[in-house]
Amino acid sequence: MQEAVNIFVKSIFIDNMVFAFFLGMCSYLAVSKTVKTSLGLGIAVIFVMVITVPVNFLLLKYVMKPGALTWISPSFADVDLSFLSFMVYIAVIAAMVQLVEMIIEKFSPALYNNLGIFLPLIAVNCAILAGSLFMEQHEYPNIGHVLSFGLGSGIGWAIAIISLAAIREKLKYSNIPAPLKGLGITFIVTGLMSLAFMSFLGIKL
Amino acid sequence: MSLFSSKNIKLLSAPFNLQNPITVQILGICSALAVTVKLKPSLVMGISVIIVTALSNVLISLLRRLIPPRIRIIVQLVVVASMVILVDQVLRAFVYDVSKQLSVYVGLIITNCIIMGRLEAFALGNKPWPAFIDGIGNGAGYAVILIIIGAVREFFGSGTLMGISLVPQSFYEAGYQNNGMMIMPAMALILVGSIIWVQRAFNKELIEKN
Repeated sequence: MQEAVNIFVKSIFIDNMVFAFFLGMCSYLAVSKTVKTSLGLGIAVIFVMVITVPVNFLLLKYVMKPGALTWISPSFADVDLSFLSFMVYIAVIAAMVQLVEMIIEKFSPALYNNLGIFLPLIAVNCAILAGSLFMEQHEYPNIGHVLSFGLGSGIGWAIAIISLAAIREKLKYSNIPAPLKGLGITFIVTGLMSLAFMSFLGIKL
Repeated sequence: MSLFSSKNIKLLSAPFNLQNPITVQILGICSALAVTVKLKPSLVMGISVIIVTALSNVLISLLRRLIPPRIRIIVQLVVVASMVILVDQVLRAFVYDVSKQLSVYVGLIITNCIIMGRLEAFALGNKPWPAFIDGIGNGAGYAVILIIIGAVREFFGSGTLMGISLVPQSFYEAGYQNNGMMIMPAMALILVGSIIWVQRAFNKELIEKN
């Protein structure tokens, strides 16, 4: 249990998807103009992350790992499907995103209209795919750890985009050199935020 | 129609400056920042992306009349994913150490927005040969930025290029120190910000209005 909490805190602050690994930067930069939309996108990412990472974990454990198929029949002991992992992950993610899109459209049309094009874009948000790839790389032992990793990474990404949106709302009123306006200053602000997040590196878990 | 008409040349050259995928279109930034601590992984990553963009552009362009528009995203993802699997297996076979360094970022080429962006914006509506050129051009525009950032970060951060030491030993004895800041993730962001700054200072039309 304690291990799961550690993974949770670590994936939010220390291994933050945006500031430590630069993942999901495209939508991070494109959608962070107002706090409201970035909040919506942040929640959608958390939701998709919490579903896809454990689902992919189960698929990896019971279908794709070398010898994973022995639960069907012992004769499958040398089957190794792990080379398929990229394709399976992305298919699961695309399907989940489609599902989330339908759910949001049904229950919250206002949020659906606000998110617009960005919902389908979650499918190509690298943070989501990276969640599954890191899950494979870290070799978590059970589903509880995987769940807290997925939740933590999603929340970490949401925190990053919401705080950047808050800064950008204020930046509108500042006098920035013309060539640096918009994208340039956003990069530099993100760099400074990433420096700030480095102070969490000192936490020992 | 000639293979290298002026229109095709333009497809090849525009991504280097006015249509650069990273600094102008803001596509594919994730991997651009993460793999650029050293020059060698940046180089390998750049080449991999060029190959994947060009090949998947050609494939989608060949299939463009057969793909039903409603499920095109999934079809595109599957095509890109199979190309990336190919590249990943080749990297593991021939440059294992670099493949280890790139870790998850090879897999993340699948979700690299440059590729999806080019498929959506270009390959779906054009013939295979222009699509191929467009893929090479955009991949190369991406690779150029990667190589610049990789070279700057490795030279100032570790005093080497491609692992060969360039700063003479006498400098270190005189008190020169490598800038450890360059190796940290934050510096990659600030460098991209500076590249954008310089590029826009020379190309006034790229400056954002608000």
